[in-house]
Amino acid sequence: MASNKKTFDAAIVGAGIVGAACAVALAREGLKVLILDSSSAASGTTAAGMGHIVAMDDSPAQLALTHYSQKLWRRLAPELPASCEYENCGTIWVAANADEMSEVHRKKAVYDENGITAHVLDAQALLDAEPNLAKHLSGGLLVDSDAVVYQLAATRYLLLKAVKQGAEYRQFNSVASLSDDGVGLPSGERISAGTTINAAGAHAGDLSPSLEIRPRKGHLVITDRYPGFVRHQLVELGYLKSAHGSDASSVAFNVQPRKTGQILLGSSRQFNSNDDAVDNAILNRMAARGFEYMPALKEMSAVRVWTGFRPATPDNLPYIGKVTGFKNIYAAAGHEGLGITMSLGTAELLADEIMGRESPIPRQPYSPGRSAASS
Amino acid sequence: MNKTSTDILIVGAGPAGLAAAAAAANSGGTVTLIDENPRAGGQIWRAELGKIRSPAASKFLRALTQGRVDLINSATVFAFSGDNTLTAQTPGGSISISCGKMILAAGARERFLPFPGWTLPGVFGAGGLQALVKGGLSIENKRIVVAGSGPLLLAVADYLKTHGATVLVIAEQASAAKIRRFARGLWRQPEKMVQAAALRARLIGIPYKPDTWITRCRGPRVSKRLARELEVTIKSRGSSRVIECDYVACGFHLVPNLELPMLLGCQIRDGSVSVGDHQQTSVRDVYCAGELTGIAGIESSLIEGEIAGLAASGQTEKAKTLIKKRDAATGFGRALDHTFALRPELKHLVEDDTLICRCEDVSYAQVKDFATFREAKLQTRCGMGPCQGRVCGPAVEYLLGWEPASVRPPIFPVKMKYL
Repeated sequence: MASNKKTFDAAIVGAGIVGAACAVALAREGLKVLILDSSSAASGTTAAGMGHIVAMDDSPAQLALTHYSQKLWRRLAPELPASCEYENCGTIWVAANADEMSEVHRKKAVYDENGITAHVLDAQALLDAEPNLAKHLSGGLLVDSDAVVYQLAATRYLLLKAVKQGAEYRQFNSVASLSDDGVGLPSGERISAGTTINAAGAHAGDLSPSLEIRPRKGHLVITDRYPGFVRHQLVELGYLKSAHGSDASSVAFNVQPRKTGQILLGSSRQFNSNDDAVDNAILNRMAARGFEYMPALKEMSAVRVWTGFRPATPDNLPYIGKVTGFKNIYAAAGHEGLGITMSLGTAELLADEIMGRESPIPRQPYSPGRSAASS
Repeated sequence: MNKTSTDILIVGAGPAGLAAAAAAANSGGTVTLIDENPRAGGQIWRAELGKIRSPAASKFLRALTQGRVDLINSATVFAFSGDNTLTAQTPGGSISISCGKMILAAGARERFLPFPGWTLPGVFGAGGLQALVKGGLSIENKRIVVAGSGPLLLAVADYLKTHGATVLVIAEQASAAKIRRFARGLWRQPEKMVQAAALRARLIGIPYKPDTWITRCRGPRVSKRLARELEVTIKSRGSSRVIECDYVACGFHLVPNLELPMLLGCQIRDGSVSVGDHQQTSVRDVYCAGELTGIAGIESSLIEGEIAGLAASGQTEKAKTLIKKRDAATGFGRALDHTFALRPELKHLVEDDTLICRCEDVSYAQVKDFATFREAKLQTRCGMGPCQGRVCGPAVEYLLGWEPASVRPPIFPVKMKYL
């Protein structure tokens, strides 16, 4: 790093999973790293999510980063403590009808091209794999490499790893502003840093207004323990329509087995809602969607319901790299619903950019300056 | 989902809720009383109603049988929506009830403090063991240690004894000096003193030990011995002794069931709901009565319920004379709080491997270093199981000084289809 008078080489704002992963990557480079969070670790979007590590093909750039990140997760997995509950359960993309079966084949071709192992399941094979799915479904696509992690414990693990590598972590420490010299605290105090990384998730736009990040609300339900009821992460093929669409609100069937035997049920997406209260109308739509695919869910005991805000960008890709108009401010934010998956890849791309070297995948699609360049 | 509406909706059919219902029933408006148990009466009267032993209980039951109050049993309120509507799960489906005014009388539950062995089979909550006996568990000739704190221990010990058990000891953690002061204070309320004296008379033969608390419980020493013997260590003024017994009934006084008032946004102060002269909470059209406003026993609950019922149904004039009586009764509650406040030594009973959260199997070592309940929940799932922190919450608040965790619907586990 150029500056030798700074207190820190890198100040990371946000101790969600993305900030934590960046801390590990930058500390590994020998940088003196500070991580700040206005609350405790992983208490924002990270806490609200599902912990799905998924290769997602909404766009080539999305697939490149999710696939790359997934490999990094697999490499990290052996060192994760049991509390992280990493499990390579695979994902089944569920097709509800013949039209969606053709989408299964298209998707399979894309995954094949990218070296991701996927198997087409017909209706019977789908029921063999997941006996509790509704009988009227047409089939699905099983992606072996997808996994599930208890993202809260993983974030904590990453933070502690960064601290072991020499990073400093300060929780309950808000940041009011970012500059090329470091961060400003609400008290007016400044902490100097050679590089500042905005990993503030859904709040990243407050600190860097050029980042177009809109909160996109979601709901999740968790059940009591029903071990073995669901075996894979299950997602309806229409999910991408829901995720990609910019409709005010949408729901899609998505369930996830937890190692505890509990089942997570999602998903909903809502723009223009900044209220974290449970929205009964959308919750009911989401549950109804779940019952269409998995009728036995109806009788299951729901233990908790919560909401969270995904940091959504206009093109559904995160901002990774130097923030337009600044020399030393970088972004690692805007991952929408893929922050858990993409965290590790994001950290590597960011470290590569800061250290001035090439990355295994092109970084340009995620550059914060891309929207300015393309318009 | 069934939808219905009522002028006054009362949650909880214990003494406070029944008194509120009886008082409001005279107003001419519609009154609905909703309760999670199959029978009205609350923890204290549930087994009695039907047999009618207590004159107070039968008086309030009359309002129900005369049809002036609509009673919905076996209904667990789990959610609230902004337009004064509560949603409940019942065996027949979910119901949503909108109302003009709401009276919360959700009562209290026992507080448990973890100690090594508190999760062994045979170790019960004091009220919990009593409930099991009411439900048919035979305790004939069983040797039972009753331990913890509060007047409930006496009532439970009495109950267990009359059902054939041998109560070896009542270990009360509060100091002898505090208990003496408390007992003297009871003279000012003759009715209570009569109760206490009667109880004490029947307890003759059961050693009542203040300054005494349970520190550990071990399973049976000799295997294959019917697996029924527990070894309980109790500590008293520096010396410890071990008692062999069949069951332990242990509870550390009571804590209000604050989940519903918190869900509605009622102001909470010092662990209970803040209310005004007419039992009104900080939330418009919402009243609270009974143990939710502070643990003060049945008389206070009855008066508070009556005031709330009168006030919510526009009969505030009639409530006037009750206010003074209520203040005296809540004074009794303050004396209870003071007398049975937990001694600091109880914070040190837990060991690293002692379970704190029984639902999610979380040990003390896993949570002790977190600064907030939320952080511990997120990292360890402490308090995230089916009981939703009702057991471990009050324990960690005491042990670690954490603020209560926030409350979200559903406040009870509910079938997915009713969400």
